[in-house]
Amino acid sequence: MTNPNISQLTALVTINDLVKQFGRFAALRGVSAEFAAGRFFAILGDNGAGKTTLLRMLAGLAQPTRGKISILGAEPRGACREIGYMAHPSLLYDEMSGMENLRYFARLYDIADESRCGQAIRSVALDPGLSRPVGKYSQGMRQRMSLARAILHDPKILLLDEPFSNVDVHSARDMVGLLKAMRDTGKTIFVVTHQAGLLDGVADEFVWMEAGKIVERTSQLSPAGAR
Amino acid sequence: MSSLRSITFATLAKDIRLEWRSRDAVNSMLFFSLLVVVIFSFSFDPNAEESRQIAGGLIWVAFLFAAVVALNQTWARELRNQVLDAYRVSPAPAAALFLAKALGNFVLVSLLEALMAPLFVIFYNLRALGPAWQLIPVALLGTWALVVNGTFFAAMSIRTRSREIMLPLLLFPISIPAVQSMVEATRILLAGDGSARFWIVLLLTYDVVFTTACLALFETILQAE
Amino acid sequence: MIAGTVKRLFPILAVLTALLLAYGTYQALVVAPTERTMGDVQRIFYYHVPSAWTGFCLFFTNLIASIVYLIRKNPKADALAVSSAEVGVVFCTIVLVTGPIWARPVWGIWWTWDLRLTSTLVLWLIYVSYLVLRRFSDSAQTPVLAAVLAIFGALDVPLVYFSIWFFRTQHPQPVIGGGGSLDPRMLHVFLLNLFTFSCFGAMVCWWRCRLEWLQREVDEAEAMESLLEPTEARLSKPKVTAGGGR
Repeated sequence: MTNPNISQLTALVTINDLVKQFGRFAALRGVSAEFAAGRFFAILGDNGAGKTTLLRMLAGLAQPTRGKISILGAEPRGACREIGYMAHPSLLYDEMSGMENLRYFARLYDIADESRCGQAIRSVALDPGLSRPVGKYSQGMRQRMSLARAILHDPKILLLDEPFSNVDVHSARDMVGLLKAMRDTGKTIFVVTHQAGLLDGVADEFVWMEAGKIVERTSQLSPAGAR
Repeated sequence: MSSLRSITFATLAKDIRLEWRSRDAVNSMLFFSLLVVVIFSFSFDPNAEESRQIAGGLIWVAFLFAAVVALNQTWARELRNQVLDAYRVSPAPAAALFLAKALGNFVLVSLLEALMAPLFVIFYNLRALGPAWQLIPVALLGTWALVVNGTFFAAMSIRTRSREIMLPLLLFPISIPAVQSMVEATRILLAGDGSARFWIVLLLTYDVVFTTACLALFETILQAE
Repeated sequence: MIAGTVKRLFPILAVLTALLLAYGTYQALVVAPTERTMGDVQRIFYYHVPSAWTGFCLFFTNLIASIVYLIRKNPKADALAVSSAEVGVVFCTIVLVTGPIWARPVWGIWWTWDLRLTSTLVLWLIYVSYLVLRRFSDSAQTPVLAAVLAIFGALDVPLVYFSIWFFRTQHPQPVIGGGGSLDPRMLHVFLLNLFTFSCFGAMVCWWRCRLEWLQREVDEAEAMESLLEPTEARLSKPKVTAGGGR
């Protein structure tokens, strides 16, 4: 399914006329877009604009009512090995330590080499030897451990839903630096956030959503240019 | 196939480890089972002959209530912090998750039954007049029948309101032939009233049919959002 | 194509079915000969058995529609599934009510675990739980969950039959409806009512199905409409913060 010769500017993610309805409410009303590989996309918009819905559909967690998503030439579920997903809930077991959590998720991804768990935890500036259960972490630590879980299997694409919310400024800046480094190694990153300022100068593109559609895509973050 | 087995056991091991660390849930379930037995004993207090006739029904109804309490917490840990999303996003097969949860529930419910059964024997002065060893396949097959569908419907209930009532509401009608088999088989074996073979075979058929259905359809309902 | 024809002919078909029902009722209550041992109460038979038959047919329709939906994700199949389930439950309720009404004066008991009555009860329970699942599920994939439950129910039915059948060989009980052959005049009335109830069930189901489909079209139109005029919450610019933190 993956094309190893994919060039930097070829579309990695293609969305065709995507519609998602929850009963009477249409969260996405016909989204069409292409996203190139190796770039950092910030998805912005008010609550209810459809950002989270879009991200969940890219991750394969929600099915379209109509329309099609193509990731690396396949359906989202088919490309799941190359997708890392992170949301505001930590997606970790509170009662286990960070290392125990990652060891379990490594099994889900068929990763035999345990040292990769330690590597992932170190790369988010946490200590693999910490035996404290994740439930007792600070919010910043928990978000970083959740990011470690998302990157554990070295995916080509990262989908992050509000990774910086309720996180202290320093941890947030550290995470942004980390994501920038990952983009520089060729990963494609999608971040949904309300804190666009954090990504100013880091993100390659700002994608503005409103009322279930993409209204604008800019390469600069500027309030005036948002309309 | 090997990844199915390894992920099933990794998940089961993780669940047992987590359950062991916070034994609150299991302890309160054990106490609840004890209460159920005591209340039944107060409500149905016949002499030895009658008790053998209705004990089959009583025991399995008591097991059913205890099983529902256990089944309702099947997915509780996965729903906290939305860990279920992490599983769904991974390439791990849904069937492995289902098997691990069903096996875990089987162990848990069997534990509850192992507590309740001796108490019933004591309170009701029960003695098996038929071939008592047949009670073991009845217990194993019957428990699996409740647990396999219970785990499946617990997952379906995740997507509904009133989750805790939804599980028994879906489980009880479908379980009627299985419960009837368990009750009849137990009654026959306790009263020495012939062979329980038909009911054991029916239970086995029920288990095979629904285990297959659950494994085949679990991915469908897991990804339903 | 077929639906369009039925839609046009519906008023005529409805009137015809109503006339058939009236005729069938007249035949059942007045014309058919009185049964020798049971008396007039036996006339319930002309409602009891055709209702069971219609209910089972509707549940079978639900099963097929559910399978089609799971394979093809065709929303019309789902509309048919919910309609046939609802109407089927109604007919099953008729069976469960008329059974005891018949049994009590004739056999002196309200209920008997006979094959038809018990399996109707179990089917009724399964499909009521199906309807509750549909109502309580707030997922966009409710049709998928319901279709899976319908399949589980269908797998259960033969097992229910076997377990009741064997139970009855161990614990013999009276059979509501009795065995034995039917007087030809009774048979004629019975077959007439069987046909009439089938038509009636099909008509109501079809009508319910159309209602369901229209409701869904309204919902979908409303969903798209409501976002053409964004509410205030959507009119303000997205919030942009210069630094980190909220």
